Amino acid sequence: MNARPGELFYQDLLETCLTAGELMIEGGSEMYRVEDTMVRIAKSAGEPDPRVFVVPTGVFMSLDHGNYCQSTLVHERNINLELVDRINSLSRAFADKKISLQEVKNEVTKMAKGGYPTFPIWLQTIGAAILSATLMVLFMNNYDWIDFPAAAVVGAIGFLSFYYFKRFTNVRFLAELVAALIMTVIAASLVRLFPQMIIDHILTGALMPLVPGLALTNALRDLFKGDILSGMVKICEALLTAFALGGGVGIVLKFLGA
Amino acid sequence: MPFWLEIVINVAFAYLASAGFALTINVPRRVLNLAGISGIISWIIYWLAMRASMGRLLSNLLGSFAIGILGIVFARMKKCPATVFYIPAIVPLVPGVPAYQAVRELTSGNLRGANDAVLRVIIVTGSIALGMLLSNMCVEIFFRIKKFYKRHSEKYNN
Repeated sequence: MNARPGELFYQDLLETCLTAGELMIEGGSEMYRVEDTMVRIAKSAGEPDPRVFVVPTGVFMSLDHGNYCQSTLVHERNINLELVDRINSLSRAFADKKISLQEVKNEVTKMAKGGYPTFPIWLQTIGAAILSATLMVLFMNNYDWIDFPAAAVVGAIGFLSFYYFKRFTNVRFLAELVAALIMTVIAASLVRLFPQMIIDHILTGALMPLVPGLALTNALRDLFKGDILSGMVKICEALLTAFALGGGVGIVLKFLGA
Repeated sequence: MPFWLEIVINVAFAYLASAGFALTINVPRRVLNLAGISGIISWIIYWLAMRASMGRLLSNLLGSFAIGILGIVFARMKKCPATVFYIPAIVPLVPGVPAYQAVRELTSGNLRGANDAVLRVIIVTGSIALGMLLSNMCVEIFFRIKKFYKRHSEKYNN
């Protein structure tokens, strides 16, 4: 018979699972995948009956028939797929007994402090510029090449301003509003300079890196899967983003009369 | 513009758009190329369906069905979660134009136009989500049938 594991083991396991779940939600994973990963880590550590409850704003977990129970709050939800991929592969390696619990814990705490590779900010900005310009051409059926560079410039500036304003405020809504304001001002002045450009086309492309269509699709997928609560939360978040972007664009267009 | 040139532009731009978005959301480096490829395939299916005048709902559904299947196939190839491929590939299908139109109509006080645009957004997002769900179901059924046949063939061979 193996001995009953001590308190220290359970604390370690809870810490690891909760941090992993929190990071996955911050990375924009679906809820069922988060639950799956946490349960997999706990089960392969030898806990027979782990229970988890995951919503987009927090993670709850209990081990050892409820003797050990903890929760973590999640304040920030972005899309960062590197995190999702790394934690997923960590949990699989742990389930295959390739690494120990201590190694998993070290790795997860390292990731929580930002120890994972990210693309440099200039590359991300170039990505946003390419995305804005190409999608503008794809969406508008008449292939207008005049707005192509304008959409790239405005999209890149909008993405950069969102990235930097997010550091000053912890209200995501405000950062989006400011980004939309800046984008619309620049687009309007570009149209003043070059009258043959169309401001609607430029803004449609430039808003694409920030637009919540993706969040809405993910929310609906969660809803259809049966995670009603997280689906509703995500829909509310997407609607807030839409209001922020729309408000920013609307204010400037009203003032400038464009 | 000749038809082949249109196809070339669509393929190149769909790849660039998906890969560009993949850069901004920090996908793992080894899947960057495949994310772009699944973006191409889903956009081309959507675009051809739209040209064949199949309507917005059906073309979005077909495009996202392709995304779902490709996501699972690539996830098995590269051994990483399927979400990594879904999110960059959906981007060209996401209803950006009607969403912007809704905002624009609202700010200019045209409520009826805004209503139309919002409904269009809801229909398109719903059909994208439904398409991915259907493809997940089909893949699951396929693997279950494969497993069943494998077990049976082992039984008969021994």
